[in-house]
This record gives sequence, C-alpha cells and structure tokens, in this order.
Amino acid sequence: MKKTHVKTNDVIFQPVTKVVAFIIIIYSLHLFFSGHYTPGGGFIGGLMTAAAFVLLLLAFDVKTVEKTLNVDYIKMTATGLLIAVLTGLGSFFYNVPFLTQTFSYVDIPLLGKTALATAVLFDLGVYLVVIGVTMTIIQTIGETE
Amino acid sequence: MTNLIILPILIPLLTGAILIFLKNRIMAQRVVATLSAITTLIVSFLMVHKVRNDGIQSLNISSWDAPFGITLVSDMFSAILVFTTSIVALVCLVYSFKSIGVEREKYYYYPVLNFLIVGINGAFTTGDIFNLFVFFEVMLMSSYVLLVLGGTKIQLRESIKYLLVNIISSALFVIAVAYLYSVVGTLNMAHISARISEASTNGMPGILTVIAVLFLIVFGLKGAIFPLYFWMPGSYYAPPAPVLALFGALLTKVGVYSITRTYTLFFYHDRDFAFQLLSILAILSVLVGVIGAIAYWDVKKIIIYNIIVAVGVILYGVSVMNHTALTGSVYYLIHDMLIKAALFLLVGVIIAITGTSNLKNISGLITRYPGLGWTFFIAALALAGIPPLSGFVGKLLIVQGGLEVESYIGAVLVLMSSLLVLFSIMKIFINGFWGEDRTYEGEEKAPVKWLLISPVILVVISALYGIGSESFLPYISQAAETLLDPSIYIEAVLKE
Repeated sequence: MKKTHVKTNDVIFQPVTKVVAFIIIIYSLHLFFSGHYTPGGGFIGGLMTAAAFVLLLLAFDVKTVEKTLNVDYIKMTATGLLIAVLTGLGSFFYNVPFLTQTFSYVDIPLLGKTALATAVLFDLGVYLVVIGVTMTIIQTIGETE
Repeated sequence: MTNLIILPILIPLLTGAILIFLKNRIMAQRVVATLSAITTLIVSFLMVHKVRNDGIQSLNISSWDAPFGITLVSDMFSAILVFTTSIVALVCLVYSFKSIGVEREKYYYYPVLNFLIVGINGAFTTGDIFNLFVFFEVMLMSSYVLLVLGGTKIQLRESIKYLLVNIISSALFVIAVAYLYSVVGTLNMAHISARISEASTNGMPGILTVIAVLFLIVFGLKGAIFPLYFWMPGSYYAPPAPVLALFGALLTKVGVYSITRTYTLFFYHDRDFAFQLLSILAILSVLVGVIGAIAYWDVKKIIIYNIIVAVGVILYGVSVMNHTALTGSVYYLIHDMLIKAALFLLVGVIIAITGTSNLKNISGLITRYPGLGWTFFIAALALAGIPPLSGFVGKLLIVQGGLEVESYIGAVLVLMSSLLVLFSIMKIFINGFWGEDRTYEGEEKAPVKWLLISPVILVVISALYGIGSESFLPYISQAAETLLDPSIYIEAVLKE
C-alpha cells in the first residue's frame, strides 16, 4: 500500500511479517473453531484473518499481495453468503423449519470423538463474508487515488 | 410445506448472492433476476391463499418454540403486502432493463435490488421486534446503495442526508427496543402484546405510553409522517426512475406497516394519548402533503408530496381503529403501493422523453404519446379516488370509519384532501400533455414503448383492483379482523 517515491528498505519489517502473519492466521482459525464452547466464532475469526492480510498489505504493496493470495474478495463475500444460506436450505430436505441445526459425534482418527455441527458451516459463511467485506473495503480505499 | 412462509425472503436473498458472480454478464443477470422475481410472485400468491384457507401461518425458525426463538408470522395483512411488493418489484425490474444504464447494471444494481426486496419482505413477515430492526437495516443499506449508485453530484449530496437521518432513526429504534425489552422482558411480538395486555389491566402504565410515542417517532422517520418527513422530498428527488418507484412505493410503506402493527398489536390500550397523537399527526401529514403537492411545478416533487398525503390518510384510518376504517386503511395501502409505483414510472417516461422534470418546459405530449397520456390520466384519477378506480373504496371506508366514531374534522379533511390531490396531479396532465406540441432533444432515443409496459401493467392491476373490489374485500377484511383482535395473532404464534 506504499505510495512513496523514495525507495525504503523494509529489511526487518518484511521478514517479521512473513512469520507473524502465519501466527495470526493460525490464531484466527483457532478462534473460529473454538466459537461453540469458548469465546470466538466466525466474526472475530474473520476479522483476525483479515488483520493478517492487512499486515501483509502494510509490509508489501497491493500488487504483490494480490498476486500471492489471488482472491476476488467480492466473490468471496458472495460465496460466504451462499454457504450460509445453503446451510439453512438443508432443512428443506428434512421438512423441518429453516436453519434448524443438527450435529453428530464422529470418531476421527487423531482427534478422537468430535462433535460435528452444521452450525459450523453457517459460521464458515460468516467467516468468509467478514474477510471478504473487510478486505474489499480496505483494498478499494487503498487503490483509489 | 413448512417453509413456504420464508420463501419470499429466501429466493431474493439467494438470487442476490448468485447475481454477484455474474457481474459483467448483464443479460444473464437480467434473466436470473426476472425468473426469481416471477417465482417470488408465485410463492407469495400461494401464501395469500394458504392464509386465506388455513388462517395465520407461523414458522419457528430453527425449531425453537415461539417466545424463545425467532418466529416468522404471516397473517393476511403481511401476506398481501408481500404479494404487492412482489408485483411492484417485478415491474420495476422490467422497467430497469432499458432505463438504468449499463454502467449501473455492471456495478451490482440487480443484486442490491434483490437485497432490498429481502429487507422489505422480511420486515413484513417477521414476528420478532429485533428481527424487524435487522430487516429494516437490510432494507436501508440496500436503499443507501441504490440511492448513491451512479455517483452524480445530487445523488451524493442527498445520500448523505438520507444516511444521517436513517442512522439516527435506527439508533432510536434500538433504544426503543431496549426500553421495551427492559419493561416486558421479551422480543417476540405476540409475547410482548400478551405481556403489555397483562400490565395494562388498569390502564396503560406511563412508561409504555412513552415507548409507544418513541416507536411512533422511529417509524414516523422511516414512513415520513408530519414533523419527520423533512428528509424525503430531497432524498427521493435524487435517484433514477425505477429506484424512485421502488422507494416511493415500498420504503415508506414499511414504516406505515410497522406503525400499524405496533399500534394495533402492542399499544391498543392507549386510546387516550398515543392514538390521539397518531390521529393528529396523520391529519397534519395530509395537510402538509397537499400543500407541497400543489405548490411545486416539478413533476417528481408533486408525486413525492403525494406520498406524504397517502401516508397521512392510511394512518388516520389506523388511528380511528374500527373495522371499517382499518379495512379502508389496508385497502388504501395496497392501492397506494401500486399507484405510486405506476406514477413514478410514468414520470420516469416523461423525463426520458423531455429530459426535464420542470412542468413549465413540458407541453403537448398527448399528440405524439397518446398511450402515455391516457395511462397517466387513469393513474391520476385512481390516485385521487374517482369511483370505479382503486383509490375510491379505501378512502370511502376510511371516511366512513371516521364518521362512525364522530371524528368529523379528520374525516372531512381526508375527503377535502382528495380534491387538492386531484388538482395537483391534473396540473401535470393539463400542463404537460395538453397545449402546444413541441419537440425535445434526444427524444428519439427514449425507448418509450418498452418503458410503458410496466406502468401500464400496474395501472391495469390497479383498475381491476378498484372494479373488482367486491372480490378483494374478503381478503382485506380478514386482514383488518386480525389487526382489530390481537388475540387471534397471539394464539396463532404462541399456540396456547
């Protein structure tokens, strides 16, 4: 996002960002998955992932980040919206009210007995929408002259 | 099917999400949007019949029982409003194809249009006061985008005003809901009604009257009643014709619906103060509206001030609160949604031909556009309430209801306002369509035939609605019965 003409040397900032951005993303995923039992969830998880992307934008310029991540954030928002709505649509097949959630315990190797709930899919939609919206706002403002 | 009631909300929502993926493929966007609008229309029609046959429909979302989860409730009042919204949305969509311009279409015009319908249909259908707030926001945010889309100078200026007013009123809405929640401890509308009824066995407690007035201020700001209408003439002047038609026909009516719903369901004990206040404000809205309508020489402004008149007339009927007046109000509300959309679209055609909205620069349109002229004439008569057309029955019932409770001043003023409404709209017809024929720059480019389809459809529907009022009245009357007797609503939702 830098627009200066003087060539600066971010020899410390950029390598640190490369490490820190990953830690932030992993922490945001942790927040996302812990939403059901502890504070967290799609909204805060999405915001924190977006924060990691913003850090990348600060350390590198818009073009580099776009090339590296290669995501169309508006489509990402729409995908999130679709996922959230389609999760609800599942209820149509079982003839129960819209957005009725269900869960089951599954034995997954390594993780053991885990509860899988459809509410997570809805949260995934929220997560994608939040990242998409935040990044669209920041990138559009950043790119306008 | 259990989920039928949510389909008029869900279909536009899904369509909106899908249309975002079709950004640059305008033809595909148009086809998908039209198909979904037609489906919504069919579904909402089925809904009206289901409510007619089986009574009030309610759906507890995600299977949580009534006062604890979010409930969607569709009584006759909601169902016919959703149906009318679907009609208006479809014709405005068809009108947009040739009038809104490729640039706007590429920048998510159709998705946002769909999200607007999500908000409106949701606001009409919800049975939860906070959910109503959320759907209000969905509707308002889409309307902000539609208002500013295109980015001309006037749009930017008016969007800021519109945004400011609506953010303040939304904040007030949250505060009003918070007050109400702290008093009754529930958000489900049927449950609120039952709790307020318990609390008011010996007259309404003071705090609930305060909340009633607060709700009147909040919804009055959205619905443009007398002292709170100031933002509307400017803001509605800015957007292009199809957007203006959607706003004029639907947005203020959601405010009117909310006032009607809250006053007939929550605050019906408070006849002495809240209903008196509503009645006075409604009559003042009628007065201010007609003054504005006859004062201006601008076609858009004249119709915009006529919205305020209609809002006043409908709310006067609600404030009288007997069966005749409520039937009249519901009837007039539907009529007004149809005819306002038709008039704004017709004004859009006039502006497309002449390139101006100043009445003094327009004359003699009837010689070369007779179809446009006579459609406008019929729409004008319907607006004023000339007998065979749709505006008549509603106003007649409202006046009759007013006379039944001996509210003579109000009833006479509503009656007199028709005359001035007729004058204001005939001013457009006489000055714009009669007189010397002139040519206008760029009129060959105006796709008049296509643009005329939508308003003609609306005028035909509105004429049928007036002529066949006998067959529509059972539906309207059923809506009024529910409004008059909240216990029907409460029983349908709480299933006690």
